[in-house]
Amino acid sequence: MKLTVWTYEGPPHVGAMRVATGMKGLHYVLHAPQGDTYADLLFTMIERRNHRPPVTYTTFQARDLGADTAHLFKDAAQEAYERFRPQAMIVGASCTAELIQDDPGGLAETMGLPIPVIPLELPSYQRKENFGADETFFQIVRALAQPMDRTTGISANLIGPTALGFRHRDDIEEVTRLLGQMGIAVNVVAPMNAAPADIARMGAAHFNVLMYPETAETAARWCEKTLGQPYTKTVPIGVGATRDFIAEVQAITGIDRAPDESRLRFPWWSASVDSTYLTGKRVFLFGDATHVRAAARIARDEMGFEVVRLGCYNREFARPIRALAKEFGVEALITDDYLEVEAAIEAAAPEMILGTQMERHIGKRLGIPCAVISAPVHVQDFPARYSPQMGFEGANVIFDTWVHPLVMGLEEHLLTMFREDFEFHDAAGASHHGAKAVLRDIAAGGQDDPSPKDRPEFSQKTREVPMPEAPHMAKDGGAVIWLADAEKELRKIPFFVRGKAKRNTEKFAAERGVAEISIDTLYEAKAHYAR
Amino acid sequence: MTDQTPMPPERGCRATPVLKERGQHEVFCGLTGIIWLHRKMQDAFFLVVGSRTCAHLLQSAAGVMIFAEPRFGTAILEEKDLAGLADANEELDREVARLLSRRPDIRQLFLVGSCPSEVIKLDLARAAERLSAIHAPNVRVLNYSGSGIETTFTQGEDACLAAMVPVLPETQEKELLLVGALPDVVEDQALSLLEQLGIGPVRCLPARRAADDPAVGPNTVFALTQPFLGDTHAALIRRGARHIAAPFPFGEEGTTAWLAAVAAEFGVSAERFEAVTAAPRARARKAIAAQAAELQGKRIFFFPDSQLEIPLARFLTRECGMEAVEVGAPFIHQAVVGPDLDLLAEGPVIAEGQDVDRQLDRCRAARPDLTVCGLGLANPLEAEGLATKWAIELVFTPVHFYEQAGDLAGLFSRPLRRRAILNVEAAE
Ligand code: SF4
Ligand code: SF4
Repeated sequence: MKLTVWTYEGPPHVGAMRVATGMKGLHYVLHAPQGDTYADLLFTMIERRNHRPPVTYTTFQARDLGADTAHLFKDAAQEAYERFRPQAMIVGASCTAELIQDDPGGLAETMGLPIPVIPLELPSYQRKENFGADETFFQIVRALAQPMDRTTGISANLIGPTALGFRHRDDIEEVTRLLGQMGIAVNVVAPMNAAPADIARMGAAHFNVLMYPETAETAARWCEKTLGQPYTKTVPIGVGATRDFIAEVQAITGIDRAPDESRLRFPWWSASVDSTYLTGKRVFLFGDATHVRAAARIARDEMGFEVVRLGCYNREFARPIRALAKEFGVEALITDDYLEVEAAIEAAAPEMILGTQMERHIGKRLGIPCAVISAPVHVQDFPARYSPQMGFEGANVIFDTWVHPLVMGLEEHLLTMFREDFEFHDAAGASHHGAKAVLRDIAAGGQDDPSPKDRPEFSQKTREVPMPEAPHMAKDGGAVIWLADAEKELRKIPFFVRGKAKRNTEKFAAERGVAEISIDTLYEAKAHYAR
Repeated sequence: MTDQTPMPPERGCRATPVLKERGQHEVFCGLTGIIWLHRKMQDAFFLVVGSRTCAHLLQSAAGVMIFAEPRFGTAILEEKDLAGLADANEELDREVARLLSRRPDIRQLFLVGSCPSEVIKLDLARAAERLSAIHAPNVRVLNYSGSGIETTFTQGEDACLAAMVPVLPETQEKELLLVGALPDVVEDQALSLLEQLGIGPVRCLPARRAADDPAVGPNTVFALTQPFLGDTHAALIRRGARHIAAPFPFGEEGTTAWLAAVAAEFGVSAERFEAVTAAPRARARKAIAAQAAELQGKRIFFFPDSQLEIPLARFLTRECGMEAVEVGAPFIHQAVVGPDLDLLAEGPVIAEGQDVDRQLDRCRAARPDLTVCGLGLANPLEAEGLATKWAIELVFTPVHFYEQAGDLAGLFSRPLRRRAILNVEAAE
């Protein structure tokens, strides 16, 4: 048993729904109680889909248990077939139906439906959403794709994009354009927008572009083995990764044409003097492994940030993320417990978070700016405008997105110079942000915002996280005290570095056994930590 | 005393044959009630014993994320819990002990059953007894089921309140009990109206804090403020309390009729009733009229969701001039919504239960001006050109009693007004 409040991933059948809902002409018959139909709203509300997900739920009730839930399943499958006339069907159980062991796959087989019926085994009590999507897509490909003649011109399948994916809609367009400029046609995009008939002709492509390893790696491996299709290992997010991806495609295909870079603005935007202030910004990275891996490279090599910690919530990718963390000289954080992530962020005291919607909320509470780089998604992650993450336009979008939450260039200096100005004072925050959360007044001890230590912690582990908010202890064991003058001076420090200044000064004082912090202590600490 | 109110219809819907449907339901399970109950009961914690699906449902229903500190959580069952119930109980005890030690402010803990906990027959009633004994007197542990195999959406609140009734203290006093979780602002308005009428003492179930829990006994009379409280109704009657049947306090007419039924029980004079209610009634009428212009003559179709459908159809047809095409409800308790059925003029299809695909067929054929449905259906229907109102908003928004009557009508008129304003066609 594990106590959870907010989760990064849904159950595995939600992953299967992401595949089914992204596809056309496929229907999912899910043996599940009525409450599980909540999952429809993820697609119709968050993604604003204008169709119901193609899912029939059996919605069995307590009174059906022990009677004939198997019959219920067969009726539902039969009716779904007749009503929706899909080209193929996937069938499976949600967590509750898994316990009653009706075997939807076996039942569907006995019905003799005239279409392929693909059974799914998704262990609800062990695995999660991404696994569900990956496994479902793999089963569909395995059941429907055949070896066949390749297309005359060189072509690729784009695999991995699903419904409810983080910017999948626009990434497809961007990668299609990249390949097009190299003279490579797209054979099938799947699962998003593909019908079962399209899956059947996947074998005609010369290679696969694995866009999202989280949802399509198993299928990519199977295609490599069974259909003889190599697949790309680089995910083209960021300038360097996009160029590497192009090189990889050139190596696979023998084509040497390269796409047009004339609209790539990121490198100059990052090199121009206005961006100097980005240098060494301490960033904390958290999300799904693929986006974190890409973001780490962009952060360090293309933005000039310092990565202070990185991690992912999908354990399947713990190994590569650990290796990546090692390369960056930081400790990997592999967890799906958001309280643990919050504690880690607080301990690292970054200047910026690159995370998911969960970290955006954490950032709001801690007064740390955050840009969203990964699922789990929120309605805001489906903007009306074209907003890819992949390719050169994706790089441009990322530059803008990451810079937006920060106080910019000259503004940063002006805040420092005129910090007492009545309308240009730091509590007003970045002037291009209309509304924002009231930042905790760190100097005042943060009493106006419950700090995580006042809140319950639900982690399985006993969490002995250092609580950076707690006052540091002086050598004699007493708490370090801020003298009034020093506290006033601390308040003059702009809000986006105030937390760091406070923490550093307290640490500095505690290490030297200084019990009271004066203005001198503050500036001695500043000098000590200055690099 | 309700002279300005329209006469009841010649024939209401109480005797209308009910279309009973049994097919795919497209409704939340009872766990959803936790989203508002945990805000209402300020020293209660709701611990769902369930699966990742249950946790994900709560998170999704909570508008994806209310990151304010929630007083609820899910103890997610894992493989090893399924293998041995003894271990599951031990794990539960441990999780509860840990939780309560971190939250000394918690006075009542609800163990909330889910489909998985019920299918594996994890006995949460026994667990609650055991844990109550361990954590008494600081914390009272109760249990109820919010599972999708037992409960539909608002039935979760019913199950929760019904679980509280047997442990309420006994009293011989004549007291009025208001039953149903209302937003505090609305509850305060109701209490103030009752006080002005000279009715008292009045107690509320649920109370905001465990220490304020009402007592109940043979002289208790109770009025429901929500129509989905069938089991709580039965549990209170088992404790000897008497129900004041009335239409629900939605709109001016509903609120007046509800107050009148309570006033009659407490022998309030007609003059006093008039003096207290005249001004808010007039206000409510005026506020409704401002919204009703848009609703007049419009046809409405209800998918089953919160069990508020019948009282709302009564309000919208009688006070806003709408025509009801179909009124679907997950359950119809005659004893509870009978007075509303009496006032709802014969005509609409009254449906209980659901077969969502067939109901969608009926809805498309009827092409109502407004469809009240769940979040999973709203955008797809809008894309087909049908205006919709999300049903869930009706349980999350203050809509009861006089001062909210205009807002309630506004919830229905806004989608229509928006459609009328917008002048861009969707591309698809
Ligand atoms: S229907 Fe059952 S399994 Fe699904 S969320 Fe509700 S209680 Fe959990
Ligand atoms: S307010 Fe405008 S000018 Fe100032 S930093 Fe923000 S974007 Fe630049």
